Amino acid sequence: MTLDETKAGLDAVEEGPHLSERSTGSSDSKIDDPDGHPSVVALLLQFGDSVSGHRVSAGTQHVVWIDSARNLEILHWLRDSQDHQYDMISDITAVDYGAGRPIDVVYQLFSTVHKRALRIRCELPLDGLEIDSIVELWSAANWLEREVYDLFGVTFRKHPDLRRILMPDDYEEGHPLRKDFPLRGRFSRAEQTRRALDQSVEHSYIAEEMDLGRDPQQAVPIIGTKDGDG
Amino acid sequence: MSKRTVEFNVGRNPEMGVDGSVVDSPILPFDMPEPDLGTENMLINIGPQHPATHGVLRLVCELDGETVKRVIPHIGYLHSSFEKLGEYRTWNQIVPLTDRMDYLAPLIYNCAYVMTVEKLMGIEVTERCKVVRVICMEMDRIFSHLLWLGTTAIDIGAFTPFLYAFQERERIYQLHEAFTGARITTSATRVGGMMADLPEGWINGLQDFLDTFPNTLEEIDLLLTRNQIHIGRSQGIGVISAEDAINSGFTGANLRACGVDYDVRKDQPYYDYETYDFEIPVGQYGDCYDRYLCRMEEMRQSVSLLRQALERLPGGPIDVEDPNISLPSKTDCMSDMESMIHHFKLITEGIPAPEGDCYMPIEGSKGELGMYIVAEEGGTKPVRWRIRPPSLVNLSVLPKLAEEHLLSDLIMINASLDIVLGEIDR
Repeated sequence: MTLDETKAGLDAVEEGPHLSERSTGSSDSKIDDPDGHPSVVALLLQFGDSVSGHRVSAGTQHVVWIDSARNLEILHWLRDSQDHQYDMISDITAVDYGAGRPIDVVYQLFSTVHKRALRIRCELPLDGLEIDSIVELWSAANWLEREVYDLFGVTFRKHPDLRRILMPDDYEEGHPLRKDFPLRGRFSRAEQTRRALDQSVEHSYIAEEMDLGRDPQQAVPIIGTKDGDG
Repeated sequence: MSKRTVEFNVGRNPEMGVDGSVVDSPILPFDMPEPDLGTENMLINIGPQHPATHGVLRLVCELDGETVKRVIPHIGYLHSSFEKLGEYRTWNQIVPLTDRMDYLAPLIYNCAYVMTVEKLMGIEVTERCKVVRVICMEMDRIFSHLLWLGTTAIDIGAFTPFLYAFQERERIYQLHEAFTGARITTSATRVGGMMADLPEGWINGLQDFLDTFPNTLEEIDLLLTRNQIHIGRSQGIGVISAEDAINSGFTGANLRACGVDYDVRKDQPYYDYETYDFEIPVGQYGDCYDRYLCRMEEMRQSVSLLRQALERLPGGPIDVEDPNISLPSKTDCMSDMESMIHHFKLITEGIPAPEGDCYMPIEGSKGELGMYIVAEEGGTKPVRWRIRPPSLVNLSVLPKLAEEHLLSDLIMINASLDIVLGEIDR
């Protein structure tokens, strides 16, 4: 690798996002030796046709790629089946490799009963960024899925409250953690400032809250009415 | 594994049931039906600039009188996109981003990050480095818990513990400064070692702290643990069951207060934590008071861990002796051609990683702090760097905990969760 290819710091910022062209995904359908992990063996037995890959990463960490259409079913089984009992979802996140490759949704599971960890990944093609929400299994998934939705644009079907969480509700520049998103944003600094200054007070509340607040505030029209500065 | 349950019935208010209901109290003299005033719920906004939210957290609350019917938290005011920034930086350049996330326990974040990178690359750090990192992490656990203690006390009107706690924090600030040169933005770790070895006399400074800190802690304990106001404000407030707590992702002292003995240091040990002698305080009721007791006990356990670590601190080098990972010494670099080349290549290119992904949880001060790194073959920057933020997941339970409590209890519950917004928003 030459020096030019490994620009660091500000040089890289000017240059834009760095794309990965190597395969780390399940495209090679590789199945590593599952013997070290009972849940992987069981997954291959029970859902063999939906498991598209398995790797042992960083020495001891087992990663299983599953069919994104059956994520709810498989995770439900992992949570409730006696031999596995992954009762804790440590993390939900996504990985974008860029270069048009699918985005992976990653679930980190941990069983407080068996003291075992397992990583489940689901590949989503860029033209079908949709997957079932698992909030009904773990309520911890609520904000974590909102974050993935916010930063990657993955839609979680049947999520109870799928709104942006870190970026503003009316953010129009896209999904920041995607590889095609430039580090400095899509809009110019001037445009970003203009939009920020343009915001009215209603932007600070979500629709649900506006509905709630309207009646009592109208009943006492002293200060801070609808046209006021809030 | 030895685990211990703190004695929780000490000072428990007999007038209050476990669920926070008033069993028998002279405060309610009237027994009259509530008149129907035809009122409507009110919307109030707390934050983002409000001292009791412990950062730039905004809570939109629906109130029925003083009772909280619903809380909708809004976060993201501090969002700096560290994860995106990390994708543009080499492995060692990311370290300064990590301490800016949790500025209350910067060394824990420094360590957690490099530990994940080392695990991914299969680097085994030296024995001395392991113990030094354990010292750093346990010191910052006390550092973070002290801030939580002081600010929580001040939220319920107790001013003295705040002053005591900050006085002790100042001493850790000085230890930070003596070791790393910075009080908050420590950036003390490097892949394969530390930025520098412990300076001369630093151990004595830490020893001094360990000698006197337990006294201060006991004094604060005297002020709060049996304090009727504190007990009244925290017992039975913000109760969550063990099952719900696991399901909603609680970790750290918040989870242990519910009676679940999950601690990453015991359950997925790293850095020989299994060889240290320490206990995990576990609560019983899962309320704010139990969270308080658990954190107080954790500080005592950390003091004991620090003493053990100082005792076993071995000599030898602190960085791995691999010129492709650790920088050569400045002297070598200036006099030896080979060292200079290594230095140049490490700085300009960085350390190549193997292909793969790695998730490594450690027990942070706020809960399970996980770092997830995806790398490509030979990559000197991460394809994806993700922080599993314990505070974010803990905070997401706040609406459930605060429901049907008084507005003033909402402040107490929020304080008891021990959040830091820098890490929530990242």
